[in-house]
Amino acid sequence: MTSEHMVHSANQIALFFASYPHEEAVAGVTDHLRKFWERRMQEQIKQYVAQGGGGLHELAREAVKRLD
Amino acid sequence: MALMHEIDFGTPLPIAGTFVTLEIDGKKVTVPVGTSIMRAAVNAGVQVPKLCATDNLEAFGSCRLCLVEIEGRPGTPASCTTPVATGMKVRTQSAKLARMRRGMMELYISDHPLDCLTCAANGNCELQDMAGVVGLRAVRYGYDGENHFKNAEKDESNPYFTFDPGKCILCSRCVRACEEVQGTFALTIDGRGFASKVSAGGEQFLDSECVSCGACVQACPTATLIEKTVIAQGQGEHSIVTTCAYCGVGCSFKAEMQGEEVVRMLPYKDGKANHGHSCVKGRFAWGYTTHRDRILKPMVRAKITDPWREVTWHEAISYAASEFKRIQAKYGPDSVGGITSSRCTNEETFLVQKMVRAAFGNNNVDTCARVCHSPTGYGLKNTLGTSAGTQDFDSVEAADVIMIIGANPTDAHPVFASQMKRRLREGARLIVLDPRRIDLVKSPHVKADYHLPLLPGTNVAMINALAHVVVTEGLVKEDFVKERCDLVAFEQWRKFIAEERNSPEAMEHITGVPAADVRAAARLYATGGNSAIYYGLGVTEHSQGSTMVMGMANLAMATGNFGRRGVGVNPLRGQNNVQGSCDMGSFPHEFSGYRHVSEDAVREVFEEAWHVALRGDPGLRISNMFDAAIDGTFKALYIQGEDLVQSDPNTQHVAAALGAMECIVVQDLFLNESASFAHVFLPGSSFLEKDGTFTNAERRISRVRKAIAPMAGLADWEITMKLSEALGYPMNYSHPSEIMAEIARLTPTFAGVTYEKIDELGSVQWPCNDKAPEGTPIMHVNGFVRGKGRFLITEFVPTDERSTERFPLILTTGRILTQYNVGAQTSRTANGVWHNEDVLDIHPFDAENRGIRDGELVSLASREGEITLPARISERMQPGVVYTTFHHAMTGANVVTTEFSDWATSCPEYKVTAVQVRPAKHQSAWQEHYRETRRQTTQILGEPSPTNLPRT
Repeated sequence: MTSEHMVHSANQIALFFASYPHEEAVAGVTDHLRKFWERRMQEQIKQYVAQGGGGLHELAREAVKRLD
Repeated sequence: MALMHEIDFGTPLPIAGTFVTLEIDGKKVTVPVGTSIMRAAVNAGVQVPKLCATDNLEAFGSCRLCLVEIEGRPGTPASCTTPVATGMKVRTQSAKLARMRRGMMELYISDHPLDCLTCAANGNCELQDMAGVVGLRAVRYGYDGENHFKNAEKDESNPYFTFDPGKCILCSRCVRACEEVQGTFALTIDGRGFASKVSAGGEQFLDSECVSCGACVQACPTATLIEKTVIAQGQGEHSIVTTCAYCGVGCSFKAEMQGEEVVRMLPYKDGKANHGHSCVKGRFAWGYTTHRDRILKPMVRAKITDPWREVTWHEAISYAASEFKRIQAKYGPDSVGGITSSRCTNEETFLVQKMVRAAFGNNNVDTCARVCHSPTGYGLKNTLGTSAGTQDFDSVEAADVIMIIGANPTDAHPVFASQMKRRLREGARLIVLDPRRIDLVKSPHVKADYHLPLLPGTNVAMINALAHVVVTEGLVKEDFVKERCDLVAFEQWRKFIAEERNSPEAMEHITGVPAADVRAAARLYATGGNSAIYYGLGVTEHSQGSTMVMGMANLAMATGNFGRRGVGVNPLRGQNNVQGSCDMGSFPHEFSGYRHVSEDAVREVFEEAWHVALRGDPGLRISNMFDAAIDGTFKALYIQGEDLVQSDPNTQHVAAALGAMECIVVQDLFLNESASFAHVFLPGSSFLEKDGTFTNAERRISRVRKAIAPMAGLADWEITMKLSEALGYPMNYSHPSEIMAEIARLTPTFAGVTYEKIDELGSVQWPCNDKAPEGTPIMHVNGFVRGKGRFLITEFVPTDERSTERFPLILTTGRILTQYNVGAQTSRTANGVWHNEDVLDIHPFDAENRGIRDGELVSLASREGEITLPARISERMQPGVVYTTFHHAMTGANVVTTEFSDWATSCPEYKVTAVQVRPAKHQSAWQEHYRETRRQTTQILGEPSPTNLPRT
């Protein structure tokens, strides 16, 4: 998956949960990534965040940090 | 097995209320009030002669054959139009009645050709039967007078049936079937007196408004309207009840057979989804099953540029298995996956996902529901607790307000559309939310109260505006919400939705719909009685598809429209077994019954049953598989009954992904577009060639029954079993019923499902278990499946696919009545007479601005690609929006669609693509490239030319 596509997908998820209180929203994004993103995709976004996570919605960035 | 003749009660069964007892020919019979004497007689075991009556039409009383005598009443009333009464004593036979009936028959026969022995209806003609029943021996009037048959011109214009007015007895059954059953009103009785004749609006059938549903042919008591297959082959000698393999209505049909050859498909009266009705596809478009394009031998090739080589089943299966093993050894266990099919049976789908999880050892399984109704599953599960529609189809009969959102039922779900239209003719109100003016907005005797022609991509803005009106105008059903819903979530949602930015006025510039209309529609939905939402892919195929599904659930919960007949949120499923393929665990994150693979307790149950360790992490979705293939980490794919290349968005991206893989195994009836990229082809079996079950849009599990042997030797479930065995994971089923038994053991919502129960009840709707041993027609009756209904906040987020100066128009895609999805089936039937190419519908204003004339070739270009196709200027479109279908491979509609997708489920956003349209002189570069490569990739060794060139 291209980084651009990955960031866009993660931000879409974040925008849905952004309507909720911060903690609930971060938990929602984390749960979604964990339940629906395959291992390689999770690894890719974790690496991306480790390298700065440019362009990622703040909720997505926080959520990724909570992935195992 | 004999040809099944269903009992014709003559008139419809009235809605059960109180009962009355009467006597017919000395036999006591008790029937509901409102029953006709004719119907009561059948119940008493007495057949009253009839010609114009049949039990799916209201009584007409024209043929005068069904006259009876009633004690204490004068005259001889028609038994079809005379209702029963308590204590009534009826006599159906007397010398007087016999004389009158013979007299009527003399008149009929004096104007009817006496060619019974060579007539296609011989032995299955009600006129012939009645002549025998009344004892007709002579016709006093002779046959030399003026008549209707000597110079009658037969109308053979329809590809599937003929109309011979010379055999017509003017019983009006065809006209009434077109009105009452189908709701099209294409037929009429033209002229008066002796000049009266059945007419398709003064035109040939093919040129008329007729939609070829077959209701008139079925209703005809003579050979006036009759199937061409019956004319050509004669009548069937046995019949088998099975389920249609087209849309998600799931109609029951009787396959009438001569040995192993189908003569005709007749809708089955006891079918609970269709009640004896059909559409042009299920009724007539089954010829693809024996089309010459069928591939009947397994084939392999090392490279996709090589010609196909026919091999034995053993060689093909062994080669496929060895390739999967080689690739997993080289690239890792996650480098392979499988796709289940919404056209295959539940049992076959279950086996594919089982093979992926158990034999491949990963969760890389997905299904074509990904690209249509995956948001339905996500949205409804999160709000209501289960991933399915809430009602049965019959529920619409109790709806007072029908809201159709992003669906075109008369084209895509025609048999249910007829049921819906019947309710609308009875007075139900109608709200349509659709960018296009679909037929239901205004058609004979149906007119929408409100058509909200919203701009594509603004569904969530619209549903929020509707809900805003409900909340701010005090229309919330507070008692229902308080009793049935999570109140914390509700208050959170109420606060959000009441914000002014969600008002119809604030949303007007986004949706393009006047606020006053939105307010009026919301008030009608909230206060009109039982309100039911029916929706289609115009809801799901958006970047906010799941949000929109939640928005509809929110609206229905807020107005108390759940848990009884006439209400609910109802997805109209696209393919015959979309619901079933989802139920069977086809998604990469869940087992059958929608249970996540990470749930230890659930996984343990499957591990114990399948004797293998299973993975608890989610696998790849289809679009993820494409991305991983391009990244070089996903190398092999088993595709059962799905054409990714033609049906998935951004064709060039899909082609690049498939082209990057080392082994693709396609199991299908035909060399579809995906087969161009395949290395192994396993010939599949049609719905006529196997046993199994389909689950329709109302969760109804119906039997698919084998009518003929698999033409290539194996049913699809047997092929998967062989492949699994070759992979080192043997499965041992001797019949699909054993697979269903395993599904039932492992899936709580299917716990009570058995083939015996389906045979006994006709069909059964899940959940079917100890709590609901005969199934569940309507869900959430005493509470939501998840406990308390959960309102979710549905913020409108515009799609990132924007129209610009370069791409100023918005393209939406969909399907039409006579073709079906990628056309694999319908393009191999005579349905091409109605639609032999995809066209681009464009508003006159947009056409004029671009110098486009009707029928001329135009270029359709997006950021992803360009195709050409003929334009059709249509006021059905709104300015700024164009529409096409994706039925024909040569058009390549998905060359222009994008990879934008639903945030939750990755369902592609087919309904919003920014495009430009210009006049064109020749086909696009993609189309020229396609034509050339398709020829090469479908070549079979030893055959002079490809068997499956695209139809242009």
